[in-house]
Amino acid sequence: MSYLAASQLVGGYGGANILHECSLFADCGKISVIVGPNGAGKSTAMKAIFGLVRLSSGSVSLAGNDITGLSPQARVRCGMAIVPQVENVFPSLTVHENLEMGAFLRQDPIAETLQEVYELFPALAEMRTKEAGDLSGGQRQQLAFGRALMTRPTALLLDEPTAGVSPIVITSLFDMILEVAERNIAVLMCEQNASQALAIADTGFVLVQGTNRYTDSGPALLANPEVRRSFLGG
Amino acid sequence: MEAINALVLLGNYVIVPGIAYGSQLALAALGVSLIYGILRFSNFAHGDTMAFGAMVAVLLTSLAQSLGISIAPFPTAMLTLPFAIAGTVLLVIAFDFAVYRHFRSIRSSPVVFVIASTGVMFVMQGLIRFIVGPRDRDLGDGARFVVNAREFKAALGLEQGLSIKVSQSLTLGITIIAVLLLFWFLHRTRTGKAMRAFSDNEDLARLSGINPQTVVILAWTLSAALAATAGILYGLDKTFKPIIYFQLLLPTFAAAIVGGLGNPIGALAGGFVVAFSEICITYAFKRFLAYLLPENLEPTGLVQLLSTEYKFAISFFILVVVLLIRPTGIFAGRSS
Repeated sequence: MSYLAASQLVGGYGGANILHECSLFADCGKISVIVGPNGAGKSTAMKAIFGLVRLSSGSVSLAGNDITGLSPQARVRCGMAIVPQVENVFPSLTVHENLEMGAFLRQDPIAETLQEVYELFPALAEMRTKEAGDLSGGQRQQLAFGRALMTRPTALLLDEPTAGVSPIVITSLFDMILEVAERNIAVLMCEQNASQALAIADTGFVLVQGTNRYTDSGPALLANPEVRRSFLGG
Repeated sequence: MEAINALVLLGNYVIVPGIAYGSQLALAALGVSLIYGILRFSNFAHGDTMAFGAMVAVLLTSLAQSLGISIAPFPTAMLTLPFAIAGTVLLVIAFDFAVYRHFRSIRSSPVVFVIASTGVMFVMQGLIRFIVGPRDRDLGDGARFVVNAREFKAALGLEQGLSIKVSQSLTLGITIIAVLLLFWFLHRTRTGKAMRAFSDNEDLARLSGINPQTVVILAWTLSAALAATAGILYGLDKTFKPIIYFQLLLPTFAAAIVGGLGNPIGALAGGFVVAFSEICITYAFKRFLAYLLPENLEPTGLVQLLSTEYKFAISFFILVVVLLIRPTGIFAGRSS
């Protein structure tokens, strides 16, 4: 079984279900990518795995332990972290304070992790004392990323990390995601930039109307003519 | 000499009272702003929270006086300040458990909280009148003046005297200390940063493991402590009368909104903007101008823009102008 595994998720935000028996997984040191058309339930699936969506059935497990009933905060304690798509920083706090707040749950010294995050995102080190609200789109995304890493998670969920940033920055963000995965973290992300994301994916999920349509390695999905035609625009 | 007399006159009637009143409003507005930042509603019970704090001080002061305890030359009310703060904090937290917690658990919209706080306001008003009645109470004892007008005149040989009351200097001193402590707490401590983070982005704060209940209780505690302090200082400076604190609600909100709701620095500045507007616009500048202008230009009227009865209209006016021109306040707080 995979390190982070969600099986047969059914649920939504009250009212009609958005997820219909959707199954996803991610392994340590590997990148899993969820792609699919708008409204396929990509973000909902991410939120469901983090406990932010009410599930009517299905289960989520982390390192073999069932965590389906845990609150999002409890999941953070278990080693999960999420980077929401929007409003993912504290705008009136400085960059440094944002990172400190990311480590709020930790009781041990955080200096070392701070150093690591600043090394991973040198742009943030320069902006240490700036308010997060004054950062550019790409810098803010890096900060959101860094904030999530402050708890030293073993599983990282990224909800459309490249939404609203420029194409050049997108490429460098993908590089950083690869670098994060190299630290033996299980990365699960959903992405609008499907072809670019699948290129770095160890596992790719194509989600349609809340259910799995294709599951394969990233390059295999990219090579699949049907996937190309229907979801990657040719 | 004329110019110095004019300045002393202005200092005595505008600047000194303005600084004291501005400090009191700033403390009150800081409390309103904190609650708005964390709980996201305008707490209409804040005026009467101030009254409650002052009432505890009134009661304890008479108790202390009857026991012969005094810290002269300082007013006895200063001795009761910690107890008044503690009492007010307890009351406010009790109201949070009895009222607001329910509305948080059912995720009510901010307007429901505002109406609930209006209800809390009426309950507090009733409680205060039940305990001490609606009459004026004198809160001040000990020495009255730091600088006495008569002695000032005699010492400097001026026509005009400057008087600075003990309550006014205490107001300024305590406001400075309170504000420094508050900002140190919000910017230097882990818990303070967590409060700011919660105010910024509640969902992300929860995801970071910040406990909402702790933050809410802390916000009430700080707000009640500021309210009690402001209430006692105002009562020392003027007089303790329950209805006055209800009337202070308008300038307090004007101050908080002018500076930008949810922004502590804004609330601080807003307090002084409102206080000085109120005092300058209702002050009769006749004698001041008489010193500065040549005799033939001396004004015949009072040169008073508005009579003092209209001072509440000034807060309203500032409020309307700010909301029209810069809805998020001078220091860009959050809009509601």
